[in-house]
Amino acid sequence: MTKVNRRVALKVVGTTLGAGAFAQAMAPLREWARDLSLDEFLQRHYRELDKEEMERVLRRLEEETAAEYGRDVHIRDVRPMEDVQFGYALNLSVCIGCRRCAEACHEENNHDRATNNSYIRVLEMDQGSFDLEQGNATYDHEVPAPGKYYLPVQCQQCDNPPCVDVCPVQATWKESDGIVVVDYNWCIGCRYCEAACPYHARRFNWHKPELAPEDINPDQAYLSNRIRPAGVVEKCTFCLHRTREGRLPACLEACPTGARVFGNLLDPDSEIRWVLENKRVFVLKEELGTRPRFFYFFDE
Amino acid sequence: MGSSHAATYPRFLWQLFKLGFEGTWRFYAWMTVLTAVALVGANAWAHQVVEGMGLTGMSDHVSWGLYIANFTFGVGLAAGAVMMVIPAYLYDDHEMHSVVLIGEMLAIAAISLCLAFVLADLGRPDRFWHLLPGLGRFNWPISMLTWDVIVLNGYLLLNLHITGYLLYMRFLGRKPAKRWYLPFVFLSIFWAVSIHTVTAFLYSGLGGRPFWNSALLAPRFIASAFITGPAFVILLLQVVRRYSDFHIGDGPLRTLASVLRVTVLLNLFMLGSELFTAFYTGGAHATAAKYLFFGSHGKHGLVPWIWSAVAFNVASALLLHLPASRTSKLVLNVACALAFVGVWIEKGMGLIVPGFVPSTLHELVEYAPSLTEWRVTAGIWALCLMILTVSIKVALPVLSGRLGLQGTAPARSPAHPNPTRAIPPTEPAERSAAPVAE
Ligand code: SF4
Ligand code: SF4
Repeated sequence: MTKVNRRVALKVVGTTLGAGAFAQAMAPLREWARDLSLDEFLQRHYRELDKEEMERVLRRLEEETAAEYGRDVHIRDVRPMEDVQFGYALNLSVCIGCRRCAEACHEENNHDRATNNSYIRVLEMDQGSFDLEQGNATYDHEVPAPGKYYLPVQCQQCDNPPCVDVCPVQATWKESDGIVVVDYNWCIGCRYCEAACPYHARRFNWHKPELAPEDINPDQAYLSNRIRPAGVVEKCTFCLHRTREGRLPACLEACPTGARVFGNLLDPDSEIRWVLENKRVFVLKEELGTRPRFFYFFDE
Repeated sequence: MGSSHAATYPRFLWQLFKLGFEGTWRFYAWMTVLTAVALVGANAWAHQVVEGMGLTGMSDHVSWGLYIANFTFGVGLAAGAVMMVIPAYLYDDHEMHSVVLIGEMLAIAAISLCLAFVLADLGRPDRFWHLLPGLGRFNWPISMLTWDVIVLNGYLLLNLHITGYLLYMRFLGRKPAKRWYLPFVFLSIFWAVSIHTVTAFLYSGLGGRPFWNSALLAPRFIASAFITGPAFVILLLQVVRRYSDFHIGDGPLRTLASVLRVTVLLNLFMLGSELFTAFYTGGAHATAAKYLFFGSHGKHGLVPWIWSAVAFNVASALLLHLPASRTSKLVLNVACALAFVGVWIEKGMGLIVPGFVPSTLHELVEYAPSLTEWRVTAGIWALCLMILTVSIKVALPVLSGRLGLQGTAPARSPAHPNPTRAIPPTEPAERSAAPVAE
């Protein structure tokens, strides 16, 4: 009898200890759960939000930014324009590898300052070779270096994007103007798209981005440059908060050599159309069938 | 009829639940150790959720690491565990029947492991519900990951049903009705193949990753599943035999070892074929393989891993083909352990990680798991072993007829009516190997 009682008592003590230890082990989550608002948790997918709900979400995000980053920002929901298909081209003969485009991207898109993130990587290539394997993305010397040319790579806005196919929750998709976007509030952070993209165009937020208030670009859009939450994937959006309102991408404006050409592929008078019709353009990794909207060319 | 089940089924579950807390001091000690490790893992995971995935060793270049490696391995283990069903039911090998349930419980534990690793790998576990069909937006049928979610959960349910039903019938002292489990058993064989095939397609479907983009990946996965499953079960059966009075003859061990003898060779053969294609052709397909096996540009992070895997796999193949492996349990056990660890490395550090090195822009960024990742990994494995231990522990008394509706039944059970009817060691080798070789 006493033996049985002792057994029961031991079990009760053991279970209590176990439960207590479990609560202790999970304690860090408590604070995290407090920061996670119910509205955020329950927010629907971008494409399911009606106008009113979108408004509420945008105001909430603005409040969160003000509270967490100490800066008043304006977040808009910028939709695609009718009869527009964006395309981008880059003249490799004039690019000098100065990485101004990458810097401009860093600032425009409110990238994490600690990691100096950018959607653009510039590869230094050997003259006379197109072997990416010989390229070097971490060069650190005066440019242009003799015997080298430079290949900036960013999201190619594939017309047949593998990153979109693989996403298990449709958190990333191609918009009607050809821009591939991510709903940062829907992405579950599985990084399957990052594995699928053949151009190293996607970035994951390994930490919460660090930004000083004065570094923040307050002109933001839901699908592009608003400050991303931790744990989700992001990518180049052709600066849709600018380009969908008739402005040019930040990387293009920053380029000192005029290597970059951006425009509407459906407009026969656009510069991008002129390039496609008069230059011998090519795309990266054409054999993969991704059909990029980002073109490269050399001057004859 | 229905109402009687409504009364006895909860009783059945309650009895099992109570049993899960009963045991010898060995059982308590083992469970305490596992609980401690699981708690360390839980704590590491909690920190990872709060502070971000930056606590792992992963980066934008190597965006999957130890978690997805273990996930992949776990799928193989789950698939392989059920392969024991093939000799048991397809060839009507009666001695296998009682151990099939143990295999299915291993499958349940392994699938739980996989799901836990997927959860650990998510940057936003709070958004897990986005993956639920109906509630979230399920990108089916385009995304292979949604297929994986379906087949893994289906497999879990299937195995829960089969084990639950068979145990419950045994508990009631009734003969299980064939139509309530046999179709599911056959389904689970196909399903086992499907879970590992779909998991291979996750990787082989990515055109931008030449190292994975190979049609041989799915067959390789299946072959290695046929290694890890039987290898683990051979060890597990001996543990069960040692620490319980449940009777397990040598027949099943011999059958499984015969399967293993074929699959270790098959696996090595396919690895060799991949390497031949990679190295003889050269180019993009070879760069990752070159980095993996020999290092490149002064970086050698994976070289020790892959050569240990090769050494383990080759050693286990040699041991298994020594005559001693048929007579000495020690030789057999060492071979099983080597094969298990060998495949674990081969699937993880030897397959998932080199898919990312070099990156798609051919940058060579290395990856090594961080302490957080090791902790979480250990924790999830401990959790899986806890599930396995408890489920086997509560199942055995039911299986051997000691726990039943009538309370105490004779210990000798119909599960193993004739333990002396052992299977000759060589003959079933060919039989059970047949479905593997295809
Ligand atoms: S470049 Fe990569 S991220 Fe951009 S659309 Fe193509 S696959 Fe997606
Ligand atoms: S990381 Fe996000 S966007 Fe990418 S596949 Fe996973 S859920 Fe989709």
